[in-house]
Amino acid sequence: MSALPLNNSYSRRTLVALMEDKPGALSHVVNLFRRRNYNIESLTVGHSETPDISRMTVVVYANDAVVEQMAKQLYKLVNVVKVSEITDDCSVSRELALLKVHATSSNRAEIKQLVDIFRAQIIDVSHESMTIEITGTEDKVDSLLNMLKPFGVKELARTGRLAMARGMVTVSGSR
Amino acid sequence: MKLNGAQILWECLVREGVDTVFGITGGQIMPVYHELVNYPIRHITVRHEQGAAHAADGYARASGKVGVCMATSGPGATNLVTGIATAQMDSSPIVAITGQVPGSVLGTDAFQEVDITGIVMPITKHVYLVTDPSEVAQAVKEAFHIARSGRPGAVLIDITKDAQVSETEFVYPNEVDLPGYKPHLQGNERQVRQAAEMIERAKRPLIIAGRGVLAAQAEGQLGALAETAQIPVVTTLLGKSVLAETHPLCLGMGGMHGEVASNMAMQKADLIIGVGTRFDDRLTSAAHTFAPSASVIHIDIDPAEIGKRVRVDMPIVGDARNVLNKLIPLVSPASHPEWLAEIEEWRNDSRVRDILWQETDELIPQYVVRNIWELTKGQAIMVSDVGQNQMWEAQYYLHQKPSGLITSGGLGTMGFALPAAMGAQLACPQDLVWAVAGDGGFQMTCHELATIVQEKLPIKIAILNNGYLGMVRQWQEMFFQRNYVGTPILGPDFAKLAEAYGVPGVSVKNKEDVSAVVAEAMATDGPFLIDFQIEREHNVFPMVPSGQPINEMIRRPLPTD
Repeated sequence: MSALPLNNSYSRRTLVALMEDKPGALSHVVNLFRRRNYNIESLTVGHSETPDISRMTVVVYANDAVVEQMAKQLYKLVNVVKVSEITDDCSVSRELALLKVHATSSNRAEIKQLVDIFRAQIIDVSHESMTIEITGTEDKVDSLLNMLKPFGVKELARTGRLAMARGMVTVSGSR
Repeated sequence: MKLNGAQILWECLVREGVDTVFGITGGQIMPVYHELVNYPIRHITVRHEQGAAHAADGYARASGKVGVCMATSGPGATNLVTGIATAQMDSSPIVAITGQVPGSVLGTDAFQEVDITGIVMPITKHVYLVTDPSEVAQAVKEAFHIARSGRPGAVLIDITKDAQVSETEFVYPNEVDLPGYKPHLQGNERQVRQAAEMIERAKRPLIIAGRGVLAAQAEGQLGALAETAQIPVVTTLLGKSVLAETHPLCLGMGGMHGEVASNMAMQKADLIIGVGTRFDDRLTSAAHTFAPSASVIHIDIDPAEIGKRVRVDMPIVGDARNVLNKLIPLVSPASHPEWLAEIEEWRNDSRVRDILWQETDELIPQYVVRNIWELTKGQAIMVSDVGQNQMWEAQYYLHQKPSGLITSGGLGTMGFALPAAMGAQLACPQDLVWAVAGDGGFQMTCHELATIVQEKLPIKIAILNNGYLGMVRQWQEMFFQRNYVGTPILGPDFAKLAEAYGVPGVSVKNKEDVSAVVAEAMATDGPFLIDFQIEREHNVFPMVPSGQPINEMIRRPLPTD
């Protein structure tokens, strides 16, 4: 009599949507998120392997029921071609961040040490600042950010998560 | 052949089978109107663009074709918004075409410029902004395809003025290629088989039929399923008339103001088969209280509706007609005499309490609706407005023909009745069309009386006039200590108003005059308006207060109470 029990607890879920690269396609999606009140943590869009198709990666704070509705609502949009949930255990995810840290000759070396430990890159230096580029999982980026906070983070820009399933599986389903 | 954008637009509309368009012209759409004279399409100039959108909606629901409305930029376009949302909420296929300022000044807050595509994005299936004549044909072809296929809905096409006047080679696309839009129509065979097994095992099965059955023209199939397995049928408001409402298996409307038997049956059923309904809150009340004993089979063309409000045990995505055609051969004849007997007890209880049996000299609205029902033999196309009048039509007009009721269910738009009736009459010129409205809703769009006269539409209009925004007053009486704020409303002498527009109008104040005046209206060639001055503080019963389970209804107090 009962259907499969749904996981009711909220967590970070990743959805990837492939959309036609047409004007207004992104507004449809953003409009949908707003009016359905989805709790979006991050959103990143760019070209995909298919010409004229964009790939959008969204991280949403939701439970099973919300994610299922969200995917179905996305599918209703005429410009959205495919929607997939990427789960943590069978995927890789990365984020890029640029951090501008307050750095003078007195602490530059210490900061550089941290940068090396995280395998990040220093991409700009000035008398009072240093700009660092890091790529990694959100946890890794959060970690570096944490270590740099005592020095004073003047500016931070994060792309939000990009994710891809491991192995031969693709969102578009093609081989 | 080289044509300008405006000509291409009309060429495309003709190819899409359009013969009627509702609208109001204006600065940024004049080139389109200029070309109309060369095309076999009738344009109905309305008095407010909201009327054009509702008329297109009424036309679509009555004909099964896509309704078309047209407006200029800026305020013309924004006046369509309510009507577009109304159609979208009830999955009615309409295409709205708006003029837009020239591309070179887009985004500069030009005169009568508004971002209509941005405004209607959340209330349409899709929108098109056409800035070049070469885009017109593709936009129209796709728009009509999207509006009428899958779950029908509203599509808007915004065409800049320069796109209307510039020329290009006209090529009408043979196909649409929308990789992101492929509705599933067939229904999964395995799921259909499992549903049939569930039906076999059920002791207290119930069908809930919504507008999806009418949209799919699956009334015959639904009747066959109900009769084969002797399953009683509850309808939603918009599902009324899927079965002739005098059919023994038809329990009538369920939900907030539904029949007692319908609501009790939904709560006691062990299997609910939802077909073409979205289990909305007017039907189910609080979702967690709905149908506690039932497994649910949900047949719907929109996968996003399945599981959205109600837990579903057997989802079947597809067009109602296709799915029922697959299901019926797998269902064996059955009977459920105890279940039907239990239901019959509830129905008898309601019949005995029905206000029509109570002796009264007052002019009550239920009597008016029942009278119209008798004189039209349940065969009229009824177009109701919103509120108490809508509920009384739903309770007392037992439709005999499919798609006999046109009303704004999802959005609940007051003022819908009169303009939608225009659309319905134009779609079905041989049918008798009655518009039923309250005095509040009627005043919102009464200016369309001018359109009715200009276009010679023989619509019969019944106003259930109680001098209040009735439904809100009822809530104020029941839940807000009779604090009638904002609900008493003054209206005109509606009969005189009608006469001023050139429509014969009669006021009825006494019960004994009702039949004669209704008969006079029907015998008159042409439109006719009747102002029924009904008992003022009259309530709709039964009523399920918000949040309560639907079996806990407030019933009409008996005279002995």
